[in-house]
Amino acid sequence: MRAYVDGQPVPEFDATPFVSPPPLSTATVAIVTTAAIHLESDAGFESADTGFRELPRAARDLRMGHWSPNFDRTGFAADLDVVFPIDRLEELAAAGVIGAVAPRHFSFAGNQDDSVTRVRLDSGPAVARLLRDDGVDVVLLTPV
Amino acid sequence: MCALAHVFENEGIATTALVSVRSVAERMHPPRALYCEFPIGRPLGRPGDDEFQHDVLRQAFGLLERPAGPVLELHPVVIELETEPLACSLPVRFDPSLPPAVDEARALRTAYDRSVGQRDGRTNVGRVAGPDAIPDVLAAYDRIANGTPWAEAGLPGDPVQCAHDVRTYYEEVALALDDAAAEPGRAEAWFYDVTEAGKTVLAARAAMQAQNAPFAFWFYLARGTR
Repeated sequence: MRAYVDGQPVPEFDATPFVSPPPLSTATVAIVTTAAIHLESDAGFESADTGFRELPRAARDLRMGHWSPNFDRTGFAADLDVVFPIDRLEELAAAGVIGAVAPRHFSFAGNQDDSVTRVRLDSGPAVARLLRDDGVDVVLLTPV
Repeated sequence: MCALAHVFENEGIATTALVSVRSVAERMHPPRALYCEFPIGRPLGRPGDDEFQHDVLRQAFGLLERPAGPVLELHPVVIELETEPLACSLPVRFDPSLPPAVDEARALRTAYDRSVGQRDGRTNVGRVAGPDAIPDVLAAYDRIANGTPWAEAGLPGDPVQCAHDVRTYYEEVALALDDAAAEPGRAEAWFYDVTEAGKTVLAARAAMQAQNAPFAFWFYLARGTR
């Protein structure tokens, strides 16, 4: 899988933006995953779905809707934190390592077209606005 | 995912990313990335190992203290995908009038239900076919493997999603049958190499290719290396 992806084109960026966050112990942290995780009650991801799904902080009735067969699935079946570490985040908040866990988290499908244009220009900025509305300072990004 | 890091940082939100393909991070330059050479599908490395997961998070969040970026660090632990199938027992033939895979899937239903119960009711089976329909899906794949045109075989939906449900049903069954099932790759290897269901899906895949089915409909019935 890694060898295949190595040869695939990726979006190119002229520069890397770099935001200095507040101290982690005061930061509100959200998870954004590209593992196509969604609530059981929500619609699953279509092939090449460019949209996103909200994952409420307390939700654990989660499914993985990623279309690719080219990855391990038993890890997520055994322990969702191995992809979406929400319980670990709660533990870090309880220990005072992070300031707070965000009230909602977000999921995209990682299998996108090469340019990722719609995610870059549409659904990605839409999620950024929702994260800002929730006072999120730091996003932890997790792949499938 | 690296593209989202750029989007969020442009909107004023700091990010730190777990990345599973190093070359992508090297080419896309997300602000902060921790490359973890773990099996794809397990970005935190080890299911059920809270301490290891915290170690991964500690290293990822530690990148937030760097004064400038882009930063790409390597987690020192490598976890390989295993290829040895599980050794758990399969049910004996019960109804010889049925295709072996159908008979097998029916007999494993109790183990599936036990597995779901052990995991707080969580299951990833049911994109197209729920657990009740898995034997019917396997009957359709068996017909394809034995010459029925794939579009006439009675699959209840997209062939790839049907294959997802079958493989996931078996992998979740494995979690109830063998403590080693959560080891990376072993339940998957058991499904394809040992079970009648896995062999049937692979046979249907080959038949669909021979029938000139659309590439995406047959190729993605199984991992690309199969």
